[in-house]
Amino acid sequence: MVAKPGLDGHDRGARIIARAYRDAGFEVVYTGLHQTPEEIVEAAIQEDVDMIGMSSLAGAHKYLFKSVVDMLKERDADDIVVCGGGIIPQDDIDMLKAAGVKEIFTPGTTLDDIVTWVKTNVKPR
Amino acid sequence: MPFTFDQKIFDDIEEDHDKWQGKLKSIFSKRPERLERFSTVSDTEINQMYTPEDIRTQDFGKDIGFPGEYPFTRGVQPSMYRGRLWTMRMFAGLGSARDTNLRFHHLVNAGQTGLSTAFDMPTLMGYDSDSSKARGECGKCGVAIDTLKDMEDLFEGLPIEQITTSMTINPPASVIWAMYIAMAETRGIDRKIIGGTIQNDMLKEFVAQKTFMCPPEPSVRIVTDTIEFGTKEIPRWNTISISGYHIREAGSTAVQELAFTLADGIAYTEKALERGLHVDDFAPRFSFFFNSHLDFFEEVAKFRAARRMWAKIMKDRFKAKDPRSWWLRFHTQTAGCSLTAQQPYNNVVRTALQGLAAVMGGTQSLHTNSLDEVLAIPTEEAATIALRTQQIIAEESGVANTIDPLGGSYFVEAFTNRMEEEAFEIIQKIDDMGGMLSAIEKNYPQLEIADAAYHYQKQIDNREKTVVGVNKYVIEDEEIPVEVLEIDEELEKIQIEKTNRVKEQRDNRKVARSLERVAEACAGEENVMEYLIDAAKEYTTVQELCDVYRKVFGEYRDPGIY
Repeated sequence: MVAKPGLDGHDRGARIIARAYRDAGFEVVYTGLHQTPEEIVEAAIQEDVDMIGMSSLAGAHKYLFKSVVDMLKERDADDIVVCGGGIIPQDDIDMLKAAGVKEIFTPGTTLDDIVTWVKTNVKPR
Repeated sequence: MPFTFDQKIFDDIEEDHDKWQGKLKSIFSKRPERLERFSTVSDTEINQMYTPEDIRTQDFGKDIGFPGEYPFTRGVQPSMYRGRLWTMRMFAGLGSARDTNLRFHHLVNAGQTGLSTAFDMPTLMGYDSDSSKARGECGKCGVAIDTLKDMEDLFEGLPIEQITTSMTINPPASVIWAMYIAMAETRGIDRKIIGGTIQNDMLKEFVAQKTFMCPPEPSVRIVTDTIEFGTKEIPRWNTISISGYHIREAGSTAVQELAFTLADGIAYTEKALERGLHVDDFAPRFSFFFNSHLDFFEEVAKFRAARRMWAKIMKDRFKAKDPRSWWLRFHTQTAGCSLTAQQPYNNVVRTALQGLAAVMGGTQSLHTNSLDEVLAIPTEEAATIALRTQQIIAEESGVANTIDPLGGSYFVEAFTNRMEEEAFEIIQKIDDMGGMLSAIEKNYPQLEIADAAYHYQKQIDNREKTVVGVNKYVIEDEEIPVEVLEIDEELEKIQIEKTNRVKEQRDNRKVARSLERVAEACAGEENVMEYLIDAAKEYTTVQELCDVYRKVFGEYRDPGIY
């Protein structure tokens, strides 16, 4: 699942990533914009996804990504792998990884690298 | 009058051109050209060289002409930068109204000549700082505005009767504009003399920037209310800034940016005409906003083509008589999406080239991005370097000494013609779909942009397009050397407390009544603007007013296509 949490409207990256996953043979659910963490977690459980990839380019990633991870734990669904991407400073990456986000992809990462990472690190639930 | 050449000259050129190409062939048979294809950042293929043959059908008077003369290929004013330089307008907004007010004062003291306001995401989406939807976002990518109190603090000590203010906001544009007018009037300044711009371009929100609130039809109705009100009441205000910037940032090509922007302009014009306004009353207050991307000549050609196309659209399609209606006046911002997190000091150079292209293209105002804008809101130091970049272009480089210095270049003229032709083809396609509103419903521009964005990303990934520091000339294990500005997480709490105090002090009965009046205007056909100004003066919040819109018009949800 590719998700856009919060009010940020920058969806260029998220939509490109969704296409890249699709072209790599994954089944992709794209949530569309302006999703609350609750909506993302609910949709992920409903759709029975193996992974959630979130994109944020407006600075609210710390709160939003962490909320999704926490809510998955509360719902006993923390075997869903959570990743993120966007404009995210190194200090925040360390904090988010400690909170349970498995990987953060920063600008300059190629689509191939992201797809390869998913194939290696995400197993069907 | 055909350009400047007669048939004999063309015959000679053709002969010489053939000879030269023969030479090239033998050179490249020994060692091939550097690239298999030479193309622009939009992937438009470019010839080895251009000659008078490429512009042989060009008519100097009809197609190029003089600055300030139809079709304005060379600029909208006769004097251009010989008279007055472009407005240096740095987009700024961070944290609280007081924080941003300090940044405004700094920029004005540093020689900036216009103000430009960036709002935070909750304000842009019509939510107050205390909304559950606003968690984690308060003041992060712009200034948080909840009530007139914040607007008063934002412009404190700034001479708004002299300096013009641009406000980049869309779904709540009418609300924020009402607060600005209320702020001016409470200071005793006549609404007839304030000047500035609200972005207020909802169509490109559905297409590209994606800050939307209500569905397209009612969104455009509110835009039309502001156009009508501005035409009658705020004569120095640009009621809309029809924006290609975000279309390009979302990944479109230069031609798509040109075509979709002008198609949006056509749609707003049609709606204002339906309202019963006269084209020459409102069209002179339309302004435009373009991106200046990496490919220098493509950008210059785009700006020149845009002016000529809009002049033709206004004169031929809408029968405008006032030359000011034919003018495409535009603001430019350098391309945020072209900046790199890697080796960020290189961004200064990218921005300088892009700023130069905007000036060669005859922009009326310019924001140059800061080198750290790719990482966070700019620090004061980075924003100052970006402003200095414009000042160097303006006052050291000499490029502003003559008007349209690239006019007459075989390449630039041929490229201008080509972009015009291709963009008009796209506009025709949109007309055939029933106009921009129907095209948006069919997701046509959204998918075209997504295709172009994906294509470009693939070209970067397979190194067909170079991004210095990212896919070539990379520094392994680079540590990002710049200091990044952080917004205090405490701000959210402080801002919520401030708005709560405003709510305690205002007359809540008057607030409720003013909100009812706005709702009645929305449900009927009356213009909402005066009611919004009255409500703003009662210190109603941005969200209280936007909730009225949401309730009356419904909410738009992203279809989530990719």
